[in-house]
Amino acid sequence: MPGLLGKKLGMTSIYVGDRVVPVTVVEAGPCKVVDVKTKDKDGYEAVQLGYGSKKEKNVNKPMLGHFRKNNVEPAAVLREFKGFDLAEVKAGDTLTVEVFEIGEMVSVSSNSKGKGFQGVMRRHGFGGVGGTTHGQSNRLRAPGSIGQSSDPSRVLKGTRMAGRMGGKRVTTKGLRIIRIDPDKNILMIKGAIPGSINSIVEIKK
Amino acid sequence: MNKLTELVADQVRKDELPNFKAGDRIRVHVRVIEGDKERIQPFEGDVIAIKASGMGRTFTMRKVTSGVGVERIFPFNSPKIAKIELLREGKVRRAKLYYLRKLSGKAARIKDKNQR
Repeated sequence: MPGLLGKKLGMTSIYVGDRVVPVTVVEAGPCKVVDVKTKDKDGYEAVQLGYGSKKEKNVNKPMLGHFRKNNVEPAAVLREFKGFDLAEVKAGDTLTVEVFEIGEMVSVSSNSKGKGFQGVMRRHGFGGVGGTTHGQSNRLRAPGSIGQSSDPSRVLKGTRMAGRMGGKRVTTKGLRIIRIDPDKNILMIKGAIPGSINSIVEIKK
Repeated sequence: MNKLTELVADQVRKDELPNFKAGDRIRVHVRVIEGDKERIQPFEGDVIAIKASGMGRTFTMRKVTSGVGVERIFPFNSPKIAKIELLREGKVRRAKLYYLRKLSGKAARIKDKNQR
């Protein structure tokens, strides 16, 4: 899946024909190819893309060597993408939004917004416990039973409970590219994508 | 947010629409698609509200047809709006004229701004 790195700018709606389409605006690329991983050299095939820039003094020496090796400016973010045609890309190349086409399906991965400590209804979609009649009180959003009795006498591992939600890597698949602006490096993707405004997103074909 | 607002400003239609306010009487020429034919249907009424900004900006129109109040909400940016004519400027003291819904007959009239 070839792809690109970008920054989420926010959502708006645009007209396509006379229909309103909700879109997420992403500033994607230009991304430098920092490294090409090959089967012989690294045991797997991938393309390492860099996005954004970083001052040379803020890059540590091993990383600086990595950038220098391929004559690339230090990038703020590095990510590997599989599925590029390795014959076509080489280190030092610049990739722009033109790798995508309008109408193409993409998936977008990013760190989701942190939701804090959430109960089971929000975190796992539980239904809550019953109503408030027959003397029942304060159980509306409770998880209910979390297991059996003396056998096994413990709560099974992986039981879904309340806890920290969000702030994890989330991938949304099957999103359509509605508009591309190569001059401004802008992609408009139909629907919502994970992450907050200004978060780094990976867009993959 | 700046880049997004700039981008939205690019998308917003900046053409010929007259500058109207709540209380004005306007005629909106709406493109109606029937089958594969397109024709233009005018809708005339008083503007009773303008809401939101940017791409989602809308205006609400109200007219009374054979005793029945009809309201329609149009997005400013809708390509279905072919043309808007400003027919009369109204003299009103608030931005949202929802009180007109409760009034009927003579009470529901809006004063003309240019008449003394």
